[in-house]
Amino acid sequence: MSLRIADIRRIAHLARIAVTEAEVAAMQHQLNGIFGLVEQLKAADTAGIEPMAHAQDVMLRLREDVVTEADEHQRFQSIAPQVEADLYLVPRVIE
Amino acid sequence: MIAASLKELSAALGVKKVSSVELTKLFLDRIDRHQPRLNAFITVDPEKSLAQARAADERIARGETAPLTGIPVAHKDIFCAQGWLTTCASRMLSNFVAPYDAHVIEQFNAAGAVLLGKTNMDEFAMGSSSENSHYGPVRNPWDAACVPGGSSGGSAAAVAARLAPCATGTDTGGSIRQPAALCGVSGIKPTYGLVSRYGMIAFASSLDQGGTFGRSAEDLAILLGAMTGFDARDSTSLERPREDYTRELGRPLDGVRIGLPREYFGAGMDADVRAAVEGAVAELRKLGAATLEVTLPNTALAVPAYYVIAPAEASSNLSRFDGVRYGYRAPEYDDLVDMYCKTRAQGFGAEVKRRILVGTYVLSHGYYDAYYVQAQRVRRLIARDFVEAFKRCDVVVGPTAPSVAFRIGERVSDPVKMYLSDIYTIPANLAGLPAMSVPCGFGAGGLPVGLQIVGGYFAEARMLNLAHRFQLATDWHTRTPPAYAEKA
Repeated sequence: MSLRIADIRRIAHLARIAVTEAEVAAMQHQLNGIFGLVEQLKAADTAGIEPMAHAQDVMLRLREDVVTEADEHQRFQSIAPQVEADLYLVPRVIE
Repeated sequence: MIAASLKELSAALGVKKVSSVELTKLFLDRIDRHQPRLNAFITVDPEKSLAQARAADERIARGETAPLTGIPVAHKDIFCAQGWLTTCASRMLSNFVAPYDAHVIEQFNAAGAVLLGKTNMDEFAMGSSSENSHYGPVRNPWDAACVPGGSSGGSAAAVAARLAPCATGTDTGGSIRQPAALCGVSGIKPTYGLVSRYGMIAFASSLDQGGTFGRSAEDLAILLGAMTGFDARDSTSLERPREDYTRELGRPLDGVRIGLPREYFGAGMDADVRAAVEGAVAELRKLGAATLEVTLPNTALAVPAYYVIAPAEASSNLSRFDGVRYGYRAPEYDDLVDMYCKTRAQGFGAEVKRRILVGTYVLSHGYYDAYYVQAQRVRRLIARDFVEAFKRCDVVVGPTAPSVAFRIGERVSDPVKMYLSDIYTIPANLAGLPAMSVPCGFGAGGLPVGLQIVGGYFAEARMLNLAHRFQLATDWHTRTPPAYAEKA
């Protein structure tokens, strides 16, 4: 497998990371190196092996359906880039 | 005082031979003097630290002491501490003053410990050299031209240079053990789920585990007792009774069965590392342990599996950094998507971007089964290798890293070579097993070598016992880099 320049651009867009021409070329080289390493997985015989998502096979805990957290939105919003009237501000999405 | 064990420091505080304020000032002064050379810290705030030290002294005066009361502890800058800048060594969080405490920080606060400062690291814990920091590389106290290892390199360097009695770290693929080895200190990552991930900035959630650095296995046992514990705010926190990790320290090693994995003693290890590790194994035999060869046949697949699973989880975890709720936002942009793209392009460093892109790709439509699911199947093969090995032995022992500390800049342009630094440490993360590194000698250039000990699930006390008996019989862990061994 070898990633092309167009693949790098597509992945970068999916990841919402702007990339320059020079970066795309460098990333193509480095990512292909990393996938060279990762390709070794294909040779492993994993027939009948259950995928392991997690180190401990624990069940998610259930808790009582009650409010446990206090409303601290002002404290948490005080570190946001832009807030107005308790709302996070972002560039206009709908014209 | 700078070479004292935690037990000695606690005793000195208890009999008022020294106050927490004096102890804290001593280490703050050392940080101040050596920071320009080592760059081990991102944030130091003497006023805050000394306020905690004064409170600790009051506790001691009232006789309300716990083993860590009044002891200064450096924390990796991945742990949120309320009111402290918490950057994860990223431009993305370069303005992030944490509005709450991580569970680990809460536990140390409750014990009366003093937060000495926030240590430098690889950005978002991604790296094996602590070079990927927005705040510049950390340097190895044994040789300033070399890396301290990573990602918890600042914590390891701080403990090695006696800038702190102990420090916390996190270990996703070796980020405590590898820097502990390269800096000549002791470090442990417990069983996955024992230390809460609440307030510990996420990299790869199914692998991330908090842990600690110290001067000795005994210090690690004390620290682990303070930082582990159930926390409902981490969905993978284990509900287990608290343990006294010092309880087995004194036990003789007679009859302990040490497995030596054939795959860890193969061609990948440098000759100087091999000599030190084999010397340590001989010492353990002298202490009464029996050794036998075991096999972990899927070891070579651990690094490839890790570089699918960890980037996949990272790409998901790091999607939260969007310039909306906290952290960095690009100063100029056209629209919402442009704001995301520019914020993330400017906020993340090169290695973080690489891993996000790898993760995005392996999770994308059409590739998920070939990469991610296959990596998860291989993960189970690796975990099963350990289960088989532990049927025949109590612990597995081998090298922590294949080489001693390498030079700054040597591997930054070759990610794959950098990734292979973690070949011996990654398997324990994939399996979720406890693992530690203790100093066991010196290699080329007078640089330290680490001995790795991996145990079965919840075998921390047994591993610490083995390491403690080894440290009673050897003095590698007491060696201090000459430039930092001044009397105090």
